[in-house]
Amino acid sequence: MASMIDIKRRKSSIQSTQQITKAMKLVSTVKLQRAKQRAEQSKAYFNCMYETVNSMLAKTGNLNHPYLSGGDSTKKAVIVITSNRGLAGGYNSNVVKLITQGDFRKEDLSIYAVGKKGKEVLHRKGYHIEEDDSDMIEEPLYVDAMNLSSKVLEAYTKGEVGEIYLAYTSFKNTVVHEPTLLKLLPVEAKQQDEKASEKESKALMNFEPEDDEALELIIPKYVTSLIYGGLVEALASENGARMQAMDSATSNAEEMIDHLSLMYNRARQGSITQELTEIIAGANAIS
Amino acid sequence: MAENDNKFTLKVITPDRVFFEEEVSMVEFNTVEGEVGIYKEHIPMTMIISPGILTITMGEETKEAALHSGFAEVLPDKVTILAEIVEWPSEIDLERAEESKERAEERIREHAPGTDMKRAEMSLKRAVARINTAEYK
Repeated sequence: MASMIDIKRRKSSIQSTQQITKAMKLVSTVKLQRAKQRAEQSKAYFNCMYETVNSMLAKTGNLNHPYLSGGDSTKKAVIVITSNRGLAGGYNSNVVKLITQGDFRKEDLSIYAVGKKGKEVLHRKGYHIEEDDSDMIEEPLYVDAMNLSSKVLEAYTKGEVGEIYLAYTSFKNTVVHEPTLLKLLPVEAKQQDEKASEKESKALMNFEPEDDEALELIIPKYVTSLIYGGLVEALASENGARMQAMDSATSNAEEMIDHLSLMYNRARQGSITQELTEIIAGANAIS
Repeated sequence: MAENDNKFTLKVITPDRVFFEEEVSMVEFNTVEGEVGIYKEHIPMTMIISPGILTITMGEETKEAALHSGFAEVLPDKVTILAEIVEWPSEIDLERAEESKERAEERIREHAPGTDMKRAEMSLKRAVARINTAEYK
């Protein structure tokens, strides 16, 4: 049986760990509230953007534009949004898994990393890191998304990459976050969306300037808005994931402390009994 | 209510917030094809915005804002402006706008090799739009 001092030492070490996890949970709860609010506020913009682009594509479906048909290059650019800090449960590794376990070939990919954790893991696994924009995840601004999107679009129009993907964690609600891989370019109009846009498009939409020119201008904005949406949602998910991870860490610590308290009390009881027995035996021997 | 008959919903959305959402009677802004003014019952149209002043008319009252980029979706009873950047006059830092105007003008005047003329022009346009809007403070 472990000695009383050992048990006591272990217990107090767990107690201080618990205090840390508790504090971290509180911090991420506050951060989550803020990030969630931002994600919700920006949702209106993306839904609108998504609808508009889809209804545009429904009408200009047979247009031959590089943004729609894809480049010739087999290279693929992936924007990977993870966090700069750890201790968020499976948050980062789930995003990385999207890439390592997807249908991608390692040598085809060039990674645009946002978030140190994802970058480190992918770098270690031998992926090519094209860009590291880890600073922007702390406080994502629309300008950051604009810079990043202009970088990937430049690579796309130059023909360096043929497809652009976005790997991030989509924020469904406080407890559900789904790692998501989204294809940004070439844009594909989805089947079910076509139905929805058919209804809207009964009134024929006109474009000013002409369709292809308008597309040229709108698609970059569409990509930017998706990247920004990804950043904002990822931040909310990160804090949600960390909150959950810290919550379960705190309750695990609680459980361990309970168990150790029991063991400590037993050891104490044991030592008292032993002492008593020794004293009685000693007294008997004298008399 | 005859007055309500010529009103439509105007929604101005930015990535960070819903900037404006109300019933209005007319809206004016700058597009890449020139300035436009939109009343109710406009034909459906999607327009690309170029930097300029956004003027919103609600009956007697008008409101101005600096609108820099984005696009507008016009439907007969509803106009949605998806703006990347839009500011009320009170949010504009006039000094900064003046500075960036000078900077942009200088870049265009010098026309040094390697200068992105298109970018310089856009930033000049934005600065001018900001300065003009700020006058409505």
